Amino acid sequence: MASAALADRSWIARGEERASLPRFLLWLAPWTLLLALGVYAAGLCLYHGLNQTNMDNRFAFGLWIYLDLSIIALGAGAFFTGFLVYILKRAELKPILNTAVVVGLICYSGAVAILMVDVGQPLRAWFTFWHPNTHSMLTEVTFCISCYLLVLCLEYIPLLLRNRQLRKLPSFLVFEHQLHKLVPVLAGVGTFLSFFHQGSLGGLYGVLRGRPFAFRQGFFIWPSTFFLFILSAIATGPSFLMLIAAAAEKVSGRQLVPADLPRRLGFISGVLLGIYVAAKCVDTLIWLNVTSPAEGFAPWEFYTYKPFGTYLLFAEIVLFGLLPAFLLTFRKTAGRRGILLTAAAMACGGVLLNRFVLTVQTLALPTLPFDQFLQYTPSWQELASFGGVLAYGVILYSLSYRYLPLFAPLKGGDTHVSGN
Amino acid sequence: MSARYGMVIDLDRCTGCGSCMMACAAENNVPPLPQATARTGLTPLLVRKISNKKEGAARREAFIPIMCMHCEHETPCVRVCPQQAVEVDRATGIVMQMPQRCLGCRYCMTACPYHARYFNWWDPAWPAGMEKSLNPGVAVRMRGVVEKCNLCHARYHSAKEKAAAAGRREIDLADYVPACVEACPTSAIRFGNLADKNDPVYREANSPDAFRLLARLGTEPKVYFKSKEAWVKALAEPTFTGKTEVKHG
Repeated sequence: MASAALADRSWIARGEERASLPRFLLWLAPWTLLLALGVYAAGLCLYHGLNQTNMDNRFAFGLWIYLDLSIIALGAGAFFTGFLVYILKRAELKPILNTAVVVGLICYSGAVAILMVDVGQPLRAWFTFWHPNTHSMLTEVTFCISCYLLVLCLEYIPLLLRNRQLRKLPSFLVFEHQLHKLVPVLAGVGTFLSFFHQGSLGGLYGVLRGRPFAFRQGFFIWPSTFFLFILSAIATGPSFLMLIAAAAEKVSGRQLVPADLPRRLGFISGVLLGIYVAAKCVDTLIWLNVTSPAEGFAPWEFYTYKPFGTYLLFAEIVLFGLLPAFLLTFRKTAGRRGILLTAAAMACGGVLLNRFVLTVQTLALPTLPFDQFLQYTPSWQELASFGGVLAYGVILYSLSYRYLPLFAPLKGGDTHVSGN
Repeated sequence: MSARYGMVIDLDRCTGCGSCMMACAAENNVPPLPQATARTGLTPLLVRKISNKKEGAARREAFIPIMCMHCEHETPCVRVCPQQAVEVDRATGIVMQMPQRCLGCRYCMTACPYHARYFNWWDPAWPAGMEKSLNPGVAVRMRGVVEKCNLCHARYHSAKEKAAAAGRREIDLADYVPACVEACPTSAIRFGNLADKNDPVYREANSPDAFRLLARLGTEPKVYFKSKEAWVKALAEPTFTGKTEVKHG
């Protein structure tokens, strides 16, 4: 055990304090179990087919699509931080950049993995590249997510090669140095790709004229949800990064980012969230007064199907939109760490609620006049598969934190905030 | 587009016997799937019961067969399929599904306003001996792909072969009759060419009693329904009628 601990120590950067190996393994153990359960559940779905889920012909999209849309929105901090640092030269955000890359990689690779389980014929995924339907939002999503995942991998490699042992290999060092020069270009490419797939994910439902609750008018070929998804993703991405950094600080017991960084992230998030809420209000008013009536539907009737009442609209716009935007933007409220983190969590909750409304509520509502409200409860295989993705994320982040320079040393040395 | 094949279904004649469903399943090699529920089964043609939601003597009920409506304008499933596994055949107007190219993403099912698309949740299987009764002209679909009504395309091919053998370019419509139309004991389902003004189906589709489901969505379905009952016709659209028109596209 002592030799294992020594070997483990040799992979950790010099001068960095990390938990002992047994303690680290103990931390990983439950997540590994959850990951194993997730892999088993996903294996059942791949082997026996999607009859292992509780989806059906009417609820053809379920938990997985909802969570895919959610984690990709939360992972938007990756491209947006890269954009702010490398394109807009906001150097003060650099300390969170590596975390942004890892979080982005986790979110996107997790989403792609679960999508591969979610389709009936995963081996035909390449057909989309061979026979692309340029009118389909899903084609745009597939192309951009695949390419952006590649970009994220390329952004993660320099971080990986900065590991203490890997740096000893001269060829790796040269490769890392050369790759690092490419990072600003990758940030630009990532921004372009992310802009489109975040929007296309919104467009996925917005173009469905057969689902009047989700159908939206828009600009050129893009429905309004295309733009709302981009706005909501870039508004909540920084908040999610702030929460991840705060969680890492809590678990490690160390201050990892400059004290003023959460406040800066919160301000960016708050301002963008305010713009998003304004745009969302305009969009909702147009849908209520023009789009839905024109298709023959009384929009308020959609809210009579319980439990999906108008309170969801209020929660989405005011409680998890306007309120956190206010709390994150103003110095008096954002200056208090507790309020700042709560507001960031509310902003993230808002984007989760928005994705829920657009995916689950849309499918539950009837379209045909003689149809009824539908219910759907995910199966344990669906829940466990997603639990596996969550566990994969925690494990990859933990390993990255332990063995890679995820956070640059703070000026004046590390500061312990509590415990060890 | 040389033809626009479509249907007119007279709901006042439909007794809900289900013969059309059985004929559809037999013609298209739809597996029995005893493990399926009402929401996971394969029913490319599904007869649904509708009512005026009143009780006692005032209650009225009817049956409405629901299948792919073969939408003509901005066909929702065609537009969303990421890999062109769905297309509108320009020669016939039939919305075609290619199971061999289908990814099984089910986006088309989400897009269909009529819920007329079905996913193969299980491997197709038949009780021992029953596989001998399969229709050799129709390929069995595998697990993990979407399927739907294709207006008995195998019968269309047979009609084309017959026309070719006779040296004709166009088929004789008497040779192309979908299984449900053939099986209906009350002749409630009628099939024809909506582009041909001399076709009886064209005239019926344009009669005052004819209507289409959710016509205001603007997808131009080619399956029409017909009824003299006002409450049945009222079910064609949601109860609300807004005054504002939206230009689609």
